[in-house]
Amino acid sequence: MTLGLLAQAGDGVAPIDTPGVAWSALSPILVLIGGAIVLLVVGALAPRRSRIGWHAMLTVAVAGGTIAAVVPLWDRVHDDGPYSAVASAVGVDGFSLFVTVVIAVAVAIAALLTDGYLRREGLEGPEPYVLMLLSAAGAVMMASANDLIVMFLGLEIMSIAVYVLAGLHLRRRRSGEAAVKYFVLGSFSSAFFLYGVALVYGATGSTNLVRIARFLAANTLADQGLLIAGFALLLVGFGFKVAAVPFHSWTPDVYQGSPSPIVAFMASGVKAGGFAGLLRVFVATFGTYRLDWQPVVYGIAVLSLVVGAVLAVVQTDVKRMLAYSSINHAGFILIGVQAATDEGVTAALFYLAAYTFMVAGAFGVVTVVGRRGDGHHHLDDYQGLARRQPLLALVFAIFLLAQAGVPLTSGFLAKFYVVEAAIEARSFWLALVAMVSAVVSAFLYLRIVLVMYAGAGDGADTDPAAGRPRLAVPAAAAIALVVAVAATIGIGLVPDPLTRTARDATPELVAASD
Amino acid sequence: MSELLRSYLTVAIFGAVAILLVSSLLGLGSVLRPQRAQGGKYLSYESGVDAVGTGWAQAEIRYYIFALLFVLFDVEAVFIFPWATRLEAYGAFGAIEMGIFIVILALGLLYAWRKGVLRWI
Repeated sequence: MTLGLLAQAGDGVAPIDTPGVAWSALSPILVLIGGAIVLLVVGALAPRRSRIGWHAMLTVAVAGGTIAAVVPLWDRVHDDGPYSAVASAVGVDGFSLFVTVVIAVAVAIAALLTDGYLRREGLEGPEPYVLMLLSAAGAVMMASANDLIVMFLGLEIMSIAVYVLAGLHLRRRRSGEAAVKYFVLGSFSSAFFLYGVALVYGATGSTNLVRIARFLAANTLADQGLLIAGFALLLVGFGFKVAAVPFHSWTPDVYQGSPSPIVAFMASGVKAGGFAGLLRVFVATFGTYRLDWQPVVYGIAVLSLVVGAVLAVVQTDVKRMLAYSSINHAGFILIGVQAATDEGVTAALFYLAAYTFMVAGAFGVVTVVGRRGDGHHHLDDYQGLARRQPLLALVFAIFLLAQAGVPLTSGFLAKFYVVEAAIEARSFWLALVAMVSAVVSAFLYLRIVLVMYAGAGDGADTDPAAGRPRLAVPAAAAIALVVAVAATIGIGLVPDPLTRTARDATPELVAASD
Repeated sequence: MSELLRSYLTVAIFGAVAILLVSSLLGLGSVLRPQRAQGGKYLSYESGVDAVGTGWAQAEIRYYIFALLFVLFDVEAVFIFPWATRLEAYGAFGAIEMGIFIVILALGLLYAWRKGVLRWI
């Protein structure tokens, strides 16, 4: 009846043309957001503690539903080509669907790890899962944005949820400190990003990525200052999110203070969203001006590789070591961005997919070793782990060696493809710096492996296993670790399915057809 | 220098003069006044009497939570007002869209209610 009244009253006013919304294009985002809302409501009405972790099960189901929603879209993109929806604001192409699946996998693994963690710390509730799903929805929006404003929307949705997630452990001061640091620095970088969007709009006349790309291809600007300044500010905004040097200062403190399963999501899902946005905006949209931004990305990549590897070596806290190593990995992915070719994008996507499993699994082991209070992350806490719990030590060793780039693991192929893309783009010095930094960071990973298997090596005769309690590995965490190890070694042995999928996942900006 | 940047020259000169003026006045005062540090000069001011107790008091969390919820629903109202003025123009599509927006925020209110933060005592 109300709608009838509205129709009657609308006779005197000209109705506004609403854009055609192709709801199918939004189905992954809708599944994630709908799942988050359902989880919030049911979690509010149901008791917080339960024997079976149904919060985590629902989260994993929603992540699975997202991947199921991607499959028909992938088929459609392959048959009919990429398309865009909501008045050309959201784009569906192989690239966005690939990153959507990577983010959904990251959410699933992090949710499984969070279940046992919350039980151990006494922090059960639906909030971490709801926030993770919403953050993933924002990251998916970043990957499929066809408009700079939509990209900013996705960036903010992803970031604000993660700021709260960083401060989730209410009793640890470090967690609150990490949340405040992340929030303050993240808000600054979002402001830089928005200013960059404004400058690019001023230079090109539109915020739509398709129109910007066409404008830059068809016109030469008389005064490029505005556009270049916009590039720089957008790089600052994205660089913060993906932890590239010199925008990396938040990473060690936030990774160290945040709850460990949340860091697993941050290092995999949030980074995937950030790099997806970076690739979409710089490689796909600003491709014609690549001679302007490629040297800057070159410099940032070199700095990230060197600083990440060198500073990781001098750390004694394992979470900080992994944080600096993630800066180093960001440098490797930036090599793929710098190449600005299809091979570079493919290599970056392959690296993101392989890296998700490696780093989520590594932080999963860190979660288990942290014990109650999430405080035991010093290198000494890993001493003799191989004697106490050989399986856990073996799993961690596999993740660390994969991150070092040892053959037969996915990490080797990821680094190989990225360096190959750099060489094909004739950035030889960048490839050299990458390989040298891989050697430096290999020391860091091997040191942890050595401490686990052989003790600290300081000549102590006491049995390191004496007096240390046995670490409890929750069932959900065990499932997550097994999946991550299987993926890491599986991709290392049989990379072809992932490589072919990544090669099909090129970003193509397409305007709405109507 | 391009036309666009030239028009901001006035702003830059204004900013530079402001910084120069303030720093020179403060600096002049710092140079001219005598420096005699005494312990009593650094006590906090409480209308001339001696300070009692510490400067910190624990704030009650309920004020913060109610202010937070107010801001949330105030911003929701800010979004609803312009839609309401041109209600007919948006038709059924706009009505359903605004309905979904209100429902999502109402679910958030339900969550806050169930968490017990709406109780003042």
